[in-house]
Amino acid sequence: MTEVRTYRRPMSIWWWTKKRSYFVFVMRELSSIFVAWFVVFLLLLVRAVGRGGAAYDDFLDWAASPGIVVLNFIAMGFLLLHTVTWFNLTPQAMAVRVHGRPVPPAVVIASQYVGLVVVSAFVYWLVTR
Amino acid sequence: MPDSIRLEVTRYRPDTDSEPQRQEYDVPLRKEWTVLDGLNHVKNEVDTTLSFRWSCRMGICGSCGMNVDGEPKLTCATFLTDYAPGPVRVEPLANFPVVRDLVVDLFDFMERLPRVKPWIIRDDDVTEVDGEYLQTPEELDAYKQFSMCINCMLCYSACPVYGLDPTFIGPAAIALAERYDLDSRDHGARERLDVLIEHEGVWGCTFVGECTRVCPKHVDPAGAIQRYKLKAAKESVKAFLLPRGTR
Ligand code: SF4
Ligand code: FES
Repeated sequence: MTEVRTYRRPMSIWWWTKKRSYFVFVMRELSSIFVAWFVVFLLLLVRAVGRGGAAYDDFLDWAASPGIVVLNFIAMGFLLLHTVTWFNLTPQAMAVRVHGRPVPPAVVIASQYVGLVVVSAFVYWLVTR
Repeated sequence: MPDSIRLEVTRYRPDTDSEPQRQEYDVPLRKEWTVLDGLNHVKNEVDTTLSFRWSCRMGICGSCGMNVDGEPKLTCATFLTDYAPGPVRVEPLANFPVVRDLVVDLFDFMERLPRVKPWIIRDDDVTEVDGEYLQTPEELDAYKQFSMCINCMLCYSACPVYGLDPTFIGPAAIALAERYDLDSRDHGARERLDVLIEHEGVWGCTFVGECTRVCPKHVDPAGAIQRYKLKAAKESVKAFLLPRGTR
């Protein structure tokens, strides 16, 4: 076979800014960091509760400081993005069948939101009872 | 409607150019003309040195894929009027080395396709000679969508994972593996899994989802890959938990 001289086009490190869908993808990946942050935040809360009233009050003061409030605000935005994008992708990743019949994608997505509401309501009840 | 439209075509002549250049051509803008018709007009009337691939002109052969205004498209199914008043950028499919002008090198894909064993594998001695393998319409439906692939490579061109790491086996190859796995006549799932759980296999995919969006045949390679991941994960858990004999 004769050797052909081909040209390899370099891929810019800014490739993810070139298409809306690429950008949304990178933001979705980035959102995992904020999910991890909320896990850390929750663990810190649990630790403070475990250490008694004073530690808990300190935690609340710290959590109310402007830096943390802004961070949590941004994190919340990314968390919503994370939830919505992954819920929307689920039917594509999982072919759900009930009694041998495929479940329509909209039903799969809707049932995840129902699950989210049920779990949230339960947690709310647990915390406020 | 203006009566002509400008094509901004990427040229690369390996014997004289050190890198691709852009060349402009004005072609008639007709309602029924596709980008491919525009290129053929250039080739026949204006500049015979322009190189590009095509064959069927009806979205079947998969050879006319190019990036049109930055999106991978079958040029025989992409109408010039949708880009009026122009100009329209016509580039070779992204992520592949360019051989000449709009022709890209698909050697990598051709070499890797047989690795996923895209044919029916049996673990018994039954062959076609013993009669046809029967299949119900439901069994056909299970894999039909994944069998529509025409190897046009638009999905590879849209995939940033493949662009960044060309060893990634890629969307169409994995969709094809899934096509045979889901075929009731096939027993080769185990063999394909061994290939696809490698680093360059399904785990390379980060679910960008662009492959599915650009696929002209609605194959949904992204869906195929995620389902494959689920299958691979289940197998790994099984292999970890169960003694050999019961698997
Ligand atoms: S999966 Fe779709 S986009 Fe990819 S090669 Fe096949 S037909 Fe083309
Ligand atoms: S020329 Fe065959 S698919 Fe376009």
